This record gives sequence, C-alpha cells and structure tokens, in this order.
Amino acid sequence: MAHPLRGQTAVVGVGLTKFGDLPGKTHLELLAEASHAALQDAGLKLTDVDGLFVSSMGRVFHPLQVAEYLGVKPSAIDGTNVGGSAFVNAIQHAAMALHTGVCNVALIAYGSSNRSDRKSGTRGPGGNPNAGVMYQSEYKPMLPVGAYALVANRYIHEYGLTRDQLSSVPVSFRKWAQLNPRAEMRGPLSLEDVAKARPICDPFTLFDCCLVSDAGAALVMTRADRARHLKQKPVYMLGIGSGTSHDQISQLANFTVTACAMSGPRAFAMASLKPSDVDVVEFYDAFSINPILFIEDLGFVKKGEGGAFFASGAAAPGGRLPVNTNGGGLSCVHPGMYGMFVSIEAVEQLRGETGARQVEGAEVALANGNGGLLSNQSTAIFGTAATLGASARTTKRAAPKKTAKKVAKKSAKKAPKKAAKKAAKKASKKAAKKVVKKTAKKAVKKPANKAKRRS
Amino acid sequence: MAETGNTFADEGAEKTFRAGLARGEFNIQQCGNCKKHVFYPRTLCTHCGSPNLVWKKAAGTGTVYSTSIERYKPEAGGDKNIAVVQLDEGPRMLTRITDIAPADVKIGMKVTAHIGEADGIKLIYFRQA
Ligand SMILES: [Zn+2]
Repeated sequence: MAHPLRGQTAVVGVGLTKFGDLPGKTHLELLAEASHAALQDAGLKLTDVDGLFVSSMGRVFHPLQVAEYLGVKPSAIDGTNVGGSAFVNAIQHAAMALHTGVCNVALIAYGSSNRSDRKSGTRGPGGNPNAGVMYQSEYKPMLPVGAYALVANRYIHEYGLTRDQLSSVPVSFRKWAQLNPRAEMRGPLSLEDVAKARPICDPFTLFDCCLVSDAGAALVMTRADRARHLKQKPVYMLGIGSGTSHDQISQLANFTVTACAMSGPRAFAMASLKPSDVDVVEFYDAFSINPILFIEDLGFVKKGEGGAFFASGAAAPGGRLPVNTNGGGLSCVHPGMYGMFVSIEAVEQLRGETGARQVEGAEVALANGNGGLLSNQSTAIFGTAATLGASARTTKRAAPKKTAKKVAKKSAKKAPKKAAKKAAKKASKKAAKKVVKKTAKKAVKKPANKAKRRS
Repeated sequence: MAETGNTFADEGAEKTFRAGLARGEFNIQQCGNCKKHVFYPRTLCTHCGSPNLVWKKAAGTGTVYSTSIERYKPEAGGDKNIAVVQLDEGPRMLTRITDIAPADVKIGMKVTAHIGEADGIKLIYFRQA
C-alpha cells in the first residue's frame, strides 16, 4: 500500500532572489523578496500563508522574527535547525502539517547575507554554529571544512579515491553552471585548476569548497487537490526521508557512510521508487567529497564507486544521471544553508523550465540536503503528475504505453474528469519521451574503472 | 511518574571528567550493562541506554582513524594537523597529533595520549607511540 504522504502534497511555487554580492540587503529582506516571488509563481498571496517553515544561523527565535517581519500568523510554525538540510527536512514537517489539515499553505523560506556580512567583518545575525561544541571546538579545528576533510581522507584511505576523481566533482558541476545564467561561477574549470588551487585543508583546495553568497530562496507547498487548480504545474512530493547520525564529526560511526544510508531508503520507501527511477539529482555539495558519498549512500552506485562515477562524466551534461544541474553550491550559489536550492532546482527541472540545462523528459527528481558536519541528511523525491498513479516506476519503463493508460485511470479516480484527461494526455506524451530516453541511456556504458580498495 | 532518585550522582559526568583531567588523569566511562566504552562523557550509555556508566582510567593508547592538514599562512602559525583518534577502548575523539610534522601523521599510526592546554582548558592530545 502506498504511504499516506505519497503524492498528497505538492510544491506549487518557487522563488529566488539575485545571487552573489547583495550588500544593500539584509537576510530578512532577501527572505521576503524570495517569498514574494514564490507566492507570485504559485498565484497565491502572503495572506494565504498559514504554515511557516524557516531556519537560519541567526536568531534562536528566527521563526517568530520571520512571522512578524512578513506579517503572517501561522497555525503551523517550525524552525528546526539541523544545518543546511533544514529546508529539505522542513518538507517532511510541511507535508505532515498540510496532509493533516493543520495548515493549508506552507511557506518554506530562507534569506542570507553571508557574503556581505563576511566582507563587512561582521558574522551577520548569528554566531558561528560550530562554536561551543565541547570536545570539538576546544581544539579550534578549521570548521566546517576540517570535518569534511577528515571524512575525505578516511574515504581515500579505504577506497583509493584519486585527486582527479575528486576534482571531477567540481568540474562536472561547473559544466552545468555554464548552462545556468543564474550561476555565480561560469568560467571554465579543469581538473588541473582544482588540483593546483590554493590548499585549504587536505585533500581540499579552494575549488573543492563551496561558494559564500548572499541570496534568498523560497518555496510554497499545498495539498495536491488544491495544487491542481493553481497557476503552475504541481510538482508532487512523493517521498521524504530524514536521517541523523551525529553532531560533532568524531561521533560519526563510519566516516565513509553518511546518514543518506538512512534518509535515502526512507524516502524511496515512501515514494515506492528506487534509485534507477530517478531522472535528475540535486545534492548539497558543500565540499567535493559530499556528492561521492551521497551517490553511493543513496544507492545509485556501489560503495567505493562514487569517484569513478563522477570521473566518467555520468553526472555532467549529457551523462546518464545528471547531478547538480544548476551548478550546485560549488558553482551556482551557496549562502550558508544551501538546502533550499536543491529542492528548487529539482522542482524547476520537473516543470521543464530550466532552458539549456533541462534534463529532457525528467519526471522524478531527488533532492538531498546536507546539514551540520554531514550530521543530518534529508532526502526528498519529487515527481510530475505522470508519476502519481504508478506505485513503482519500473512498470512504466517496461511497458510505457500500458502504464500511461494505467496512470490516467488511477488519476481519474482522484481528480475531476478534466484534470484526468489532461493527465492522461501528459502521461502518454511523457511515456513516449521515456522510450527515447531509455534507448539513449542504454548506449552509455557504465564506468568501467572500478575504484581500487587500498589495504 | 518515575523519579531519578539516586540513579545519578550529584556531580554529572562532565564535571567528573574535567576534574580528573585537572589532576592529570584521562578517564573514560564503561557501561556496567553492555560493557562497551563511551567517550565523550555521557549520562546514558549510547549503545544500550543504561545509566550504569562506570569511570575507569583510559589506556591512553589509540590509532589515527583519520587525519588532515589545516593550511595556514606562516604568519598565522603555519600548517596544523587535525586528527580523529580511535581509542583502544573503542570510542573516537577529535584531537591534534603533536611533536610531528603534520604531513607525517598517517592513518593507522599508533599514538599515545598526553594532556596539554589551550586557552587555559586542559585537553587530550596524542603523539606517535
Ligand atoms: Zn551500554
């Protein structure tokens, strides 16, 4: 039986501010601008919002601050801070609140003046999130980069990841950024550029580390029944999983396995899907090692094969599994808590609105937020209307025509006749596209150079 | 309701550990129920949930589980080692390996603990065994 939350809620609006240097704006102003854009996108008003889901490195009372600033009086309010993954984690909370009727329109929003705050020598509205952690901050480690570096070196020790394989992660994402007019870093980037850049914390150089940006981002969710009557093509929340493994890095039980090994199976189980059903993937790439760990821990490739996967070009434009199609935190934007942006790019891909970087025929997108020092992983699986009826996508791939009918039949039960007809039309169109895509995928060979395990 | 009663000592694990460190002792907790060790100091065993954690002297020996070099400019003190050591009792801890060039610290290296100080706080460091 399908999970009670599968397909019951949808993202109906997304909004982004400009990225980069925005010294004239506070974090709240950026949050408000993005919220306005997301609501406009959805065809909804600020006065419709009765669910507020925010998180920040700033005030402990951030949710109260945002509610007051926006003038909303929410019946569901949440400010769970599990690091940058908070905004993906919030999708779980928002979906539960929407599905149970605790709220009707959920706004998930973020604003950060991280770059300008650093330039002006202030730490912005909040303190250092890694300060005051006993048995960790007392040693004054270079954080967060040091924690990820320790994980990367252990991974290198166990699986023999090469410098070029690691470099292929930022290089791959830069290629996507070059197709994204919004991305901050769009110049060419080679494997050599990454290797020869200024060392930060071994094995990482400057280009292994995410950007520091000013930016705002927001998304709006409602229940699926309402979503169908709004302005945009709804992007349905099929599965959401949260996983928490530790706070301070020394307490991560196995440095080569992240909490994605928990969040992924939870999200896939709710969605009744498996990794091979996913068309496009968006990761929180705070550091170059992250996508290698996540692609493995979410089950897309075997443990130890993540480096070879990225080095093969599989994740780059034209590859068999596009990853970080906006350019990611390494090349597009990174205001400190990037989790908001993975979902937004996933939604835009499924709406088919991403221009030159559009993954043709994308129907299922996975967005994974990373929080703290790899501490929390939150995995969201989104789908188009065509994915709603099918409990498992394999059926559709095996027999596209048949399943297109099945999808139409199933949605007819739930939706009004007009919508059902529309869905059927869409589904058959998508199914036809899928066949072409599947054939193209077959032609691309899986990476052969299996990573060697060092003893 | 249930009361904590006499299950817990008046002094918490944190204070007990720091007091030991001030006397030059590196102590570690062992669970009286599952016999596994716990570090950093806790109230409940992270393996089985038991409140029956018993203090004992740590062996002070371990192995480098992972290591990295933090790159600082010479005027900022130069490169620094940062490491995670797995204690022979099992738990891991963040630390720095002293008395060695950062690049010479290797994963798998056997190390022994010593107590040092940073900003007036006693801390456990390690050096090559
Ligand atoms: Zn125990």
